[in-house]
Amino acid sequence: MSDHELRVSKIRDGTVIDHIRAGQALNVLAILGIRGASGETVSVGMNVPSDRMASKDIVKVEGRELSQDEVDVLSLIAPEATINIVREYEVVEKQQLESPDRVVGVLSCPNRNCITNADEPVETAFDVLADGVRCEYCETIVRDDLASHIAVE
Amino acid sequence: MRHDHLTSAKQLSRADIESVLDRAAEIDADPAAFGDRHRDAVLGLCFYEPSTRTKMSFETAIKRLGGDAVDMGTVESSSVTKGESLADTARVVEGYADALVLRHPSEGAAKMVSEFVDVPLLNAGDGAGHHPTQTLLDLYTIRENAGLDDLTIGIMGDLKYGRTVHSLAYALTNFDADQHFVSPESLKLPRSVRYDLHDSGANVREHTDLDAVLSSLDVLYVTRIQRERFPDENEYRAVAGEYGIDLETLESARDDLTVMHPLPRVDEIAPEVDGTDYATYFEQAHNGVPVRMALLDQLLEADR
Ligand SMILES: [Zn+2]
Repeated sequence: MSDHELRVSKIRDGTVIDHIRAGQALNVLAILGIRGASGETVSVGMNVPSDRMASKDIVKVEGRELSQDEVDVLSLIAPEATINIVREYEVVEKQQLESPDRVVGVLSCPNRNCITNADEPVETAFDVLADGVRCEYCETIVRDDLASHIAVE
Repeated sequence: MRHDHLTSAKQLSRADIESVLDRAAEIDADPAAFGDRHRDAVLGLCFYEPSTRTKMSFETAIKRLGGDAVDMGTVESSSVTKGESLADTARVVEGYADALVLRHPSEGAAKMVSEFVDVPLLNAGDGAGHHPTQTLLDLYTIRENAGLDDLTIGIMGDLKYGRTVHSLAYALTNFDADQHFVSPESLKLPRSVRYDLHDSGANVREHTDLDAVLSSLDVLYVTRIQRERFPDENEYRAVAGEYGIDLETLESARDDLTVMHPLPRVDEIAPEVDGTDYATYFEQAHNGVPVRMALLDQLLEADR
């Protein structure tokens, strides 16, 4: 990250999610459960010019580091994103996203006849395929627009 | 068998399948020898959809092994109507039984229940998902009539929603079988099934016309096309007529063709076919008892 960029994205402690495919920032917030009521300081850049991508989104969350579950799901909808963990204004850790083998409890199954959509005490679980995800219960394969299947709590 | 639960035919290896079919053949040859095998065993039947035959066949199977069945009854008469979850019902019934059989309208129901119960669970159909015990009796019938290797099979009808088709197709990938799928465009195999078949390296071809393959088939497996899959009666009539068989259709078939159907049929197979050597669907239905006896015998044996 260049000095210039660092100056732009300066937060004290927290997480900078950079190089998000343009248009996905709000979905990233949804994954992180950020809806404005929980009090975090959040800045969002949309359609920011980028060297690496024509344009990108960027999300900065003050006072928060991401759980592995959150990183896993981010990797599905924003595979090109990088995660910078910041402490005392310094990037202490830089993370490329890697696709998980499965995601549990985050996506909802688009098959309305799936047992995970019945009123049963079961969490959704999806196997991650090369080009999509697959419900472990009804085996439905989802390839397009994963973000629209993020379960809203 | 290594698995405690049977929720999908995908769990079954070739060795698993052959061991159940071999046991079924032993039972067929000498049923009386098995009459005392599981004297105190109780099978819990949880049927959330009407299915007289599958249920009767399981009931007969456990009784012929010396055991007994308890039945939760119809959904209307059970505590399901009071809003009890499937997970709760299954955990209650497991206290009465040594193994459970589940038929449920939602895909994935059996897999979910298998995560809640300790006794062996048999999936007897979950929505458009799986029906592995039907598959085992289908495989038994195929093995008796045509052999499972060097097999050319045509599977025709509703390939989209037909769970018996999905389970059978998966299981056949364990064998040297060429699978031809014949259906109208609107009822072709679902993406997830095609994905698995290709993934397993299966030799699969899809057709809209039976004539394209009929003369090369050892087995023709016909399934029912349901009225409710079509927006209007005329469209249904047209499709159902095209994917049914009668003596005229079978003129180009080989003499040793085996015609199967999971039953019940409506018009897919004309009654005039029943008296021919092709017709194997009633034998297939009868095979449900020895095959389910074999499966229960192995599961209960392993569980002891
Ligand atoms: Zn599902």
